[in-house]
Amino acid sequence: MSASEPVLSVRNLTVEIGTRRGTARVVNDISYDVHRGETVAIVGESGSGKTVSALALMRLLPEPPARVGGRVLLDGVDLLRGSERELCRIRGHRIAMVFQDPMTSLNPVLTIGQQLVEPIRLHLPLTAGAARDRAVEMLHLVGIPAPRHRLDDYPHQFSGGMRQRVMIAMALACDPEVLIADEATTALDVTTQAQIVELVAGLQDRMGMAVVWITHDLGVVAGIADRVAVMYAGQVLEEAPVDALYEDPRHPYTTGLLASVPTPGIDRPHRLFAIPGLPPDPVALPPGCPFWDRCAVRGEPRAEFTPQPLRPVGSDHQVACSCAGPAARHG
Amino acid sequence: MAESTGPLLAVEDLRVRFPVRSTGLVRRHSGEVSAVDGVSFAIGRGETLGLVGESGCGKTTTGLALLRLVEPSAGRVAFDGTEVTTLGARALRALRRRMAMIFQDPYASLNPRMSIASIITEPLEIHGLHRGRQHRRRRVGELLELVGLSPDYGNRYPHEFSGGQRQRIGIARALATEPDFIVADEPIAALDVSIQAQIMNLLEDLQDTLGLTYLFIAHDLAAVGHISDRVAVMYLGRVVEVADRAALFEAPRHPYTRALLSAVPVARPQVERRRDRIILGGEVPSAADPPSGCRFRTRCPVVFDRCSVVDPVLARQQDGHQVACHHWPGIA
Amino acid sequence: MTDDPEDRATPGAGAPIAEHRTRTRETIGILLTNRLSAFGLVVMGLLIFTAVFGSMVAPYDPTSVDIPARLSGPSLDHPFGTDNLGRDVFSRVLAGARVSFQVGIVAVGISLTMGVVTGLVAGFYSGAADAVLMRAMDMLFAFPAILLAIAVLAVLGPGITNAMIAIGIVYIPIFARITRASTLVVKEELYVRAARSVGASDLRILRRHILPNILAPIIVQTSLSLAFAILAEAALSFLGLGVQRPTPAWGRMLAEGRDFVNQAPWMGIFPGIAVFVTVLAFNFVGDGLRDALDPKQKSVIESRGRAV
Repeated sequence: MSASEPVLSVRNLTVEIGTRRGTARVVNDISYDVHRGETVAIVGESGSGKTVSALALMRLLPEPPARVGGRVLLDGVDLLRGSERELCRIRGHRIAMVFQDPMTSLNPVLTIGQQLVEPIRLHLPLTAGAARDRAVEMLHLVGIPAPRHRLDDYPHQFSGGMRQRVMIAMALACDPEVLIADEATTALDVTTQAQIVELVAGLQDRMGMAVVWITHDLGVVAGIADRVAVMYAGQVLEEAPVDALYEDPRHPYTTGLLASVPTPGIDRPHRLFAIPGLPPDPVALPPGCPFWDRCAVRGEPRAEFTPQPLRPVGSDHQVACSCAGPAARHG
Repeated sequence: MAESTGPLLAVEDLRVRFPVRSTGLVRRHSGEVSAVDGVSFAIGRGETLGLVGESGCGKTTTGLALLRLVEPSAGRVAFDGTEVTTLGARALRALRRRMAMIFQDPYASLNPRMSIASIITEPLEIHGLHRGRQHRRRRVGELLELVGLSPDYGNRYPHEFSGGQRQRIGIARALATEPDFIVADEPIAALDVSIQAQIMNLLEDLQDTLGLTYLFIAHDLAAVGHISDRVAVMYLGRVVEVADRAALFEAPRHPYTRALLSAVPVARPQVERRRDRIILGGEVPSAADPPSGCRFRTRCPVVFDRCSVVDPVLARQQDGHQVACHHWPGIA
Repeated sequence: MTDDPEDRATPGAGAPIAEHRTRTRETIGILLTNRLSAFGLVVMGLLIFTAVFGSMVAPYDPTSVDIPARLSGPSLDHPFGTDNLGRDVFSRVLAGARVSFQVGIVAVGISLTMGVVTGLVAGFYSGAADAVLMRAMDMLFAFPAILLAIAVLAVLGPGITNAMIAIGIVYIPIFARITRASTLVVKEELYVRAARSVGASDLRILRRHILPNILAPIIVQTSLSLAFAILAEAALSFLGLGVQRPTPAWGRMLAEGRDFVNQAPWMGIFPGIAVFVTVLAFNFVGDGLRDALDPKQKSVIESRGRAV
């Protein structure tokens, strides 16, 4: 699938945000491609810039205080250069987003039906009746029982899991080419999470859309992703196909992150690996590798250039670390 | 401390009910929600019992009720032989020297207007321990070092610290009075993955050095499976299964536990691809109006007619595994 | 990577995120960046200075009568002119500041103490205590403020002390309501539960955990109430119920000036301006404090730094 042109291509995306303490460099020159039918996971901890990068590529960040640079190509069209009108046609239609909090991302004073029909009518040439039918169809698709009935209900009448399904129905209503799911299951219980993950995977098979799945949860990523990009301090430190990343992680941060996840019920509990320290302050990013302070295998002295460039270390496997040579294996 | 042989904490048929008022202009009907509905378990000295379940299952309320931070409606809680549920206000406060709690949200559990030193010395002041400024200051330093922070952080304020550091401060506060028993309510849920491991290791180290007993409450099965000696699984106000960690994870018996375990994502792509997920249908019923018979029957993949009629009890099996399911009748 | 890692927070990377700055300094800093509240703060400073040292600065004794010089207009000798008894209006306005502040501070002190205690008890214990206390507050609140003050003075008799008590009573419900509302929010905070879990008593929780965290709205209200109280004192004195002759008070001077509006407008204009400027300054400071102490506004600024 990587032979074809990517549907979404992020090139050298940077986001800087002005704060009282100075300029925060929240996203530092990240690039990745997403192909049709593919799921790319962006993994990172809070403050890694993963959510901001997604908001930036949808042009949903208020500018100022944010300053967004780079290119975001959707089928060759740069979203960062388009006018606000063009973007309104694209957002919700060709590229859609599902947010983390299903409790606050629906408007409490409008019915589910009103909120679902609105984007459909905005983007598709349908009559009110046909749009309503489409809304019912979407609710059915995401597994909401008695959808025609539920259309006139208000968000508070739905549980968290059901609301997230409604959010997904809204996002998918106009057959987007790209779906961005930002921590879409984080607020949900594991059994509900399993339902949602399965739902998205099934819909992806059927509709062939590309999915960018943003999460901190390495377990979810293992089950859902084709490719994984690991973000830290606004940079992509490692990018690889999912198997390669988990079986042969090259960046010390990736290795540490994987080792710090407890595996339930497997042999005697060993001591967890814990990465010492804290991520750097985005207002005062150190020069060179952002992970150097916490790194267990760091080279001396600290490399000067920022950001560290991604170097290929295997087929389709790139890493931003001067110590992780093609032969060097960690973990 | 007098060594007695029984469990440190024994909970029997604990119930917590909350009154509910339906919202709306006119009060239509009011009733009660049984957040905790007949929970029994025991925790041995130096043991860690994991308490897992999904949101709304009553696990946090159970933890709060043990310390009487919410009042139990019925049932018994015996802590080292003392009945907790009937204690008067003074005796209860005295008991809180020996039982402590660590909270989920390290951003909300520290008073933003108090310095770290005053947060940590508050329990000492209340219980009149380590009297005198010098002693207290030394104790604060000790506690901060114990949880892996610099002893000079006492004059700083909570907003100057990250989530993981704040959780360490919360742990230091809990340890100030040298308690025997700690209820850890989702202590890592609000933290980043790499920080979670730091806190888990800290809790384990403290248990080793101080001989603590933990009730570790979490929705994260992987974390519970890592830290616990035994695990209790809750669903809709009830404990449905209790077993040794290994037994529970290797051969779960209750259908809910099985579904829960199968839903936990594992950070191994090959395992994930091969797995048979038990995807539960429907949703957790309302605790205000639980189903008849077995509470899990509305979502259970192996439900049969008896389940809607008879409420299964938590029955002990030959091997000590306890299950509340008609498929596992136990050794009555 | 297989070695046991040093997993305690390393002091370097684990150093606190923001450098320590005292809250007070930060608040004043924010106040000064707002032009209106900075103006208010400066005027307030001048007024306080006047109230304390006014008698030393004043060119004349504010009560010394000089009939030959009566009703003379503003001049170099008498910058604000003289009144119908030949007293220096400028000196009297300066002296009036002291009375106004005295009444304002004592009255607001009464409402603050009573209101905060009432609100804390009502909010913290809810239930019956809440119902009884807050219904009483509602009853106080139901009367127009100045009418209520007049009613209280009718019972207690006119005079400066009673005026302070009357004004103090009138503004109790405002403080009670604000305190109660904030208490209801703060008492649900996790750190209150955490304090209880280590054995803290109700009194300790109220004093150490709730009160310090509800101070911001109370401080704002204090500043605004000072303005109201000074205005109310002026109104009561104008009606002859407050400060009695010959003590100079702005309200009293306005009342006296009314009879000479055509011959000597300065008798009323200058105390009027004094009241106006004072009330305006306190309101500006109050509004500025509201913005400066609003945790939401601050967190917006802070959170931009560590956007997720």
